Amino acid sequence: MSSASEAPAIGLTHSASEDTGLGHRGPESKSIVVPYGFWLFVLSDMVLFSALFATYATLVHATDGGPVTNELFDRNLVAIETFALLISSFVCGLAMITAKRANMVWTQAWLLITGLLGFVFLSIELYEFSTMIAEGAGPQRSAFLSSFFTLVGCHGAHVTAGLLWLGTMMAQIWAKGFQPHIMRRLLCFSVFWHALDIIWVAIFTIVYLIGTLP
Amino acid sequence: MFGRLTWDAIPFHEPIPLITSLVVLIAVAVIGIWVTKKGWWPYLWNEYITSPDHKRIGIMYIVLGLVMLVRGFADAIMMRLQQSLAIGASQGYLPPEHYNQIFSAHGTIMIFFVAMPLVIGFMNFVVPLQLGVRDVAFPTLNNVSFWLTASGALLINLSLFVGEFARTGWLGFPPLSEKAFSPGVGVDYYLVALQISGVGTVLTAVNFVTTILKTRAPGMSYLRMPVFCWTSLASNLIILAAFPVLTVSLGLLMLDRYLGFHFFTNDGGGNSMLYMNLIWVWGHPEVYILVLPAFGIYSEVASTFSGKPLFGYRSMVFATMVICVVSYMVWLHHFFTMGAGADVNAIFGIASMIIGIPTGVKIYNWLFTMYGGRVRFNVPMYWLIGFMLTFVIGGLTGVLLAIPPVDFIVHNSLFLVAHFHQVIIGGVVFALMAGYTYWFPKAFGFTLDERLGKAVFWCWFIGFHLAFMPLYVLGFWGGTRRMQHISDPSWAPWLHVALLGAVIIGIGIVLTVVQLLYSIKTRDQRRDITGDPWDGRTLEWLTLSPPPHYNFAVLPDVHGEEAYWTRKQMAIKEERLIDEPDYQPIEMPVNTPTGVIVAFFASLCGFAIIWYIWWLAILGLIGAFAIFVWYAWRDEHEHIIPVEEVRANARERRRIRMENLHTISQSV
Repeated sequence: MSSASEAPAIGLTHSASEDTGLGHRGPESKSIVVPYGFWLFVLSDMVLFSALFATYATLVHATDGGPVTNELFDRNLVAIETFALLISSFVCGLAMITAKRANMVWTQAWLLITGLLGFVFLSIELYEFSTMIAEGAGPQRSAFLSSFFTLVGCHGAHVTAGLLWLGTMMAQIWAKGFQPHIMRRLLCFSVFWHALDIIWVAIFTIVYLIGTLP
Repeated sequence: MFGRLTWDAIPFHEPIPLITSLVVLIAVAVIGIWVTKKGWWPYLWNEYITSPDHKRIGIMYIVLGLVMLVRGFADAIMMRLQQSLAIGASQGYLPPEHYNQIFSAHGTIMIFFVAMPLVIGFMNFVVPLQLGVRDVAFPTLNNVSFWLTASGALLINLSLFVGEFARTGWLGFPPLSEKAFSPGVGVDYYLVALQISGVGTVLTAVNFVTTILKTRAPGMSYLRMPVFCWTSLASNLIILAAFPVLTVSLGLLMLDRYLGFHFFTNDGGGNSMLYMNLIWVWGHPEVYILVLPAFGIYSEVASTFSGKPLFGYRSMVFATMVICVVSYMVWLHHFFTMGAGADVNAIFGIASMIIGIPTGVKIYNWLFTMYGGRVRFNVPMYWLIGFMLTFVIGGLTGVLLAIPPVDFIVHNSLFLVAHFHQVIIGGVVFALMAGYTYWFPKAFGFTLDERLGKAVFWCWFIGFHLAFMPLYVLGFWGGTRRMQHISDPSWAPWLHVALLGAVIIGIGIVLTVVQLLYSIKTRDQRRDITGDPWDGRTLEWLTLSPPPHYNFAVLPDVHGEEAYWTRKQMAIKEERLIDEPDYQPIEMPVNTPTGVIVAFFASLCGFAIIWYIWWLAILGLIGAFAIFVWYAWRDEHEHIIPVEEVRANARERRRIRMENLHTISQSV
């Protein structure tokens, strides 16, 4: 199957699926099943984050006499971080469009920019973490800081895993071209990358915005 | 170089673990030599270890579950023996620190490595067959899931030989499980083993929800799915939403222990009640993860052996989905006494009682399925009836416990122990035994011996009631759980009866092995030639026993509830099978050692984390990543089964079916 005819089937357009949900057609094709399964995995990942958010909400005031949110967070830095991640997600979308057209050079270029922006995000996060730890506000200081580092760090760990995946993906597209199974994998990657954005928006709001209210 | 691992980790001075370790090692070596001598390794490697076939993976899960059942039962009988001996002046034979490890290991093993693998094993074996498809949505991932579960089981067993196990109960409550109070490796074994097997379980859930919602035979709409598929769907949805919370609660405890965080510690603002909430947000739904598929098995058994469609199919589906949702709203009843306040307790108490309503609906549905039917008393039916008697009592004591003022009196008592064993053994284990007997011929092509099967049932049924009814009494008298020593001599008779019950259950387990060996020996007289030994109603009985690895030559067309029954009756009436379809070559996934290699690295990494051997942990992670990339790079995804082979097999099946058309249905 050429990549062009696979494109509608992997959900890049909306023309293919006429499934009523009643199963009259028999088993769905892989191009439906694979992203669907991956979506379910992402949903379970969201549940994981929701447990971490609950933990953070429970412990945010348990500062044990240590620093509180207002003394630690820098809105400007987080704004840059957020822009890097959101633009990275947009660029990932561009990569999907060029991949659909089987344009190797541009796909690789957009994916590279996606990764670089992700790397910028991660670097700022690590800088923030190291400054905090240097100021004596490390995760061992209080329950609040434990939950902060775990929630934000877990997101960071997901971004790191995403970058590892992205690098492997780029090498694979380069070596094997736009085969259907690789296109499906790329679609899963982009689902993952956008999902990390959604979680970041929640972190941005709940941790940083509320945390820096006067 | 080796972290905290030294020679002291081997229990040279403790005879019980040392002798057990030696016996297990010798047994493993003997089995290894035997398999090597028989030259079975290539067969095992190709047909089981690396197989993406859902039926083979299901069988591996069930074997794992049964082996671990023996381990968990050994713990159980040791506890019963200790409590029967250590009364009054006697201290028994188990020192407290060893006894504590045993009850922790018993709970952990029975839930995570017996009940879960058995339940998932049955889902693996049965669901794709009942849906009329050739495999699960992600066959290779399925193999990976199994091996990750096996990796967790390996680490748990390793704690017997190297180091120690947790002494903190099966849920490892902080602050006791914190580094300050449990500095040894026991809790780390517990945490790491559960994290690894938990990943496997989540991947299984992804796989099965996708399979059930997206890959079904043509015409099988939601309300034509067998009830076992529905309950499996509900169970996997719960896994998907509950297991990540377990991962978080255990993960936070690991951060506390390894990196000095303050989630649940007594100092630094930590909050151990947070752990209780998180772990029970997983823990209560977990009960339903286990019992819903069990209800599915009972539903299949009830309708097959009553020769009737399931009574109230739609209400059964509805009840299942109600339980699926409400199971999330009752977790607080596990700690009514911990100060949530009367209002909150009342809400959770009422929610806990409400969940009894859909369960009651199910009991009536099974009863009415039997009513007016031609009930055949085969072994699975014994388990069903035994279950209904036992489970209803367990449910009623559960409703008692759901009343907060009552719970204040009996919480953490032997009454509670008796209650949850009654619902888990009476509900889940009985179903698994029923399912084992029911689907065994489908898996291996011959039935299990009925007489021995009934003996096994009576051992479990009588043994269970003798073992746990006394605990209700002792619970009312104030007996708390997990006691290494009993100071009141008047309890002795009750504890002796409980021990006798456990011994009878033990005889039942031995008889299960005897039944298996005897049935294998006499298999030629008990062949299932037609593929439909019980006069079944669902699609797994349409294909031969054992099924070809692609299950169905062509996917069956489904035209109503009870897909296979309708088709069978049509064939009997018209005295012919449906027209021979146009056979096509079949694509099936290729074998891959990815799962077993990933699990090898995961075990290595887990072991290294437990013992603080950091270089090895990093090596394990790199290895696991490398094997994934290697797998992702493969070019061969499927192998083709040529149409000639498919056609020849299908014609053979049709010939057998035609010859046996009249004997196939005994109830007509």
